Amino acid sequence: MDAILLQVLNGIDKGSAYALIALGLTLIFGTLGVVNFAHGALFMIGAFVAVTVGKILDISKVTLDPVRVDFLGNPAKIKTPYVTEWFGEFGFWMIEWSVLVSVIVAIPVMVLIGIILERGLIKHFYDRPHADQILVTFGLAIVLQEVIKAVFGANPIPQSAPELLKGSLDFGVMIGMAENTVIYPLWRLVYFCFSDLIIGGVFAFLRFTTFGMVVRAGMADRETVGLLGINIDKRFTIMFGVAAAVAGLAGVMYTPINPPNYHMGMDFLVLSFVVVVVGGMGSLPGAVAAGFLLGILESFASMPLIKDAIAAIGLPSIDQIIIYLVAVIVLLVRPRGLMGKAGMMED
Amino acid sequence: MSKLIMNRRGLLKTGAAVGAGMAMPTILTAASHAGYTNAPTGSTVTLGFNVPQTGAYADEGADELRAYELAVKHLNGQGDGGMMNTFSSKELKGNGILGKEVAFVTGDTQTKSDAARASAQSMIQKDGAVMITGGSSSGVAIAVQGLCQEAGVIFMAGLTHSNDTTGKDKKANGFRHFFNGYMSAAALAPVLAEMYGEDRNAYHLTADYTWGWTQQESIQAATEAKGWNTVANVLTPLTTTDFSSYVAPVLNSGADILVLNHYGGNMINSLTSAVQFGLRDKMVNGKNFEIVVPLYSRLMARGAGENVKGIFGSTNWHWSLQDEGSKAFVQSFGQEYGFPPSQAAHTVYCQTLLYADACERAGTHNPCGVAEALEGFKFSGLGNGDVEYRAEDHQCFKDVLVVKGKENPTSEFDLLEVVQVTPRAQVEYPADHPMFAGGALGSCNAGG
Repeated sequence: MDAILLQVLNGIDKGSAYALIALGLTLIFGTLGVVNFAHGALFMIGAFVAVTVGKILDISKVTLDPVRVDFLGNPAKIKTPYVTEWFGEFGFWMIEWSVLVSVIVAIPVMVLIGIILERGLIKHFYDRPHADQILVTFGLAIVLQEVIKAVFGANPIPQSAPELLKGSLDFGVMIGMAENTVIYPLWRLVYFCFSDLIIGGVFAFLRFTTFGMVVRAGMADRETVGLLGINIDKRFTIMFGVAAAVAGLAGVMYTPINPPNYHMGMDFLVLSFVVVVVGGMGSLPGAVAAGFLLGILESFASMPLIKDAIAAIGLPSIDQIIIYLVAVIVLLVRPRGLMGKAGMMED
Repeated sequence: MSKLIMNRRGLLKTGAAVGAGMAMPTILTAASHAGYTNAPTGSTVTLGFNVPQTGAYADEGADELRAYELAVKHLNGQGDGGMMNTFSSKELKGNGILGKEVAFVTGDTQTKSDAARASAQSMIQKDGAVMITGGSSSGVAIAVQGLCQEAGVIFMAGLTHSNDTTGKDKKANGFRHFFNGYMSAAALAPVLAEMYGEDRNAYHLTADYTWGWTQQESIQAATEAKGWNTVANVLTPLTTTDFSSYVAPVLNSGADILVLNHYGGNMINSLTSAVQFGLRDKMVNGKNFEIVVPLYSRLMARGAGENVKGIFGSTNWHWSLQDEGSKAFVQSFGQEYGFPPSQAAHTVYCQTLLYADACERAGTHNPCGVAEALEGFKFSGLGNGDVEYRAEDHQCFKDVLVVKGKENPTSEFDLLEVVQVTPRAQVEYPADHPMFAGGALGSCNAGG
């Protein structure tokens, strides 16, 4: 029971990241009709916004240590971050909570990056076949990750969670189980809550604002909305920016979970596409539901008990392919995915 | 104005001529000299540095390239000479190798076996490389070593830690200076038993490929010999990025030690997950829960950040060593690049000097002569005490470092502290040890 609960917790945390990326992908597909393979790169860029903010906050005044020497025997350098000199305690707070600062910085940065990408490149491919869109956005993803590698290097760059949110929570004790049976990292719980907040925010934005209503109408029938004199293209461009921000925020918040590297976007991209397909192309609730479902299944597949059982019947480990197996089964049973709509990519 | 007229026959003739022209360098360089592959004829000798320049190990590859370039400089009589000044053999005079200036070409392994073999092949066939060296992965090293054996050139392995490189996949043309999984385990296990006690239950997470398997087998055997019990060994796919689902069940398994048989990005992510789950803050079986990383790399430790603090592992070499060879290398590398070298940089620098020295002692670049000079060669002054290249398997035997993540680093490079320099005698094993069985060294291939 405790092992199952543990893997469910694990799965919803993995699913949070999948759901956030898949949500952005579906938003772009649903509004602009573009299959955006650069979406994983936006997740990665979000993470590197956090790295950049961390580096900016770490810009330091250098003085020479009169006592210690460095590895070459020269006086060691003492670094004092300027923010702590300028802002005192608040400077220390900013360094400690740099992830939060990064979230605030990432929103406008990612919206801007999204709008630039959409206006500068992707809009030229609206009327082209999906294969062309995939090729150009995949190429864009490669370019973006190579740029990040050239600037930041290939090694992962660790980012810390705030001290208050480090460590783990004994979830088992809270629900009456024995100590150390269900332990879960605090930051991963924060990530889960944060993703729920973002997902809820996007849904509320689309559901309860006039802007969102027009966007939803445009997603359902772009031509008719255009005939009503509404500039739907402008709103869709903004939605691309919003989708980029959602992916970017997912990336920022992911940095304390795994140190970011230039390749992290690609690691998530394929999985997130499978999530979108399983959820149903163009379905926002489908993307979110499939994200959590596949995250949980992936966690279960890596349980030692399951791995041993599969090995006992002579089959290879399925922890890396469970998502694809499930995708095949779902698509066989429900060709449009869990919550797919008729007409999406069926022309 | 002239007009180009080309008929079908003309096109075929031209195509054949161009094709023959393009094939010419290969024919001339790879096989036209009597005796051995790519025998140098001009005033230079070309070495092939095959390192990851793209992909996840690109930073490690970049550090290897820096060390190679430094070694070439020193061999050609430029710079301060580095470890040539402390090397026990005094054959190297700073006038290249056998009087020929050392030139080099580079290839990108991409940390993929097929790409690494293709780039090595290109350096041998097109560029006339007489020796191939480099790599940051055992899978790649084994693949390239096999290619060099077939092509008739020497392979001086870079960072490869699998037992198989000088075990079941050993080759007569291949030589490894770096230590291996068995040696890590033999050095580490006594320290772990002393620090954490002999009544321990270990849970292993193991990267599912040649290095992971042999590392796990070695550390399990060594720790069980000290009284530890192995609770489980879970194989993790090499492509795993989020290890939470593998780490989550550990605490509830009865284990009080987690051994992470992971390297590179796998190590960074699995260690980060384990620390996030608060494993090191827990008491299990009445003991503090501990984590062990059998193979450390400073570059990788930097990626894991503060999570490495207090965690034991092993390395082949560390820049803080105070022997004359290490100090000379750190000084030379640091003056050149502004930061201390990694263990990958150290091992490839040593390999380049060892190859050059073997050529000088053999009086030839012929791989069979070089191999004979390296076999059983005893030396010192390169930073690992008294060292020997064992003739039976071409494995270097030397002191091994047990290290621990530093609690209070003084700089971004000061991440590991040397806990113990394990003497060579403690990590030696017979050439026919079961963990290294299967496969034969074979005989040297000079190509030609």
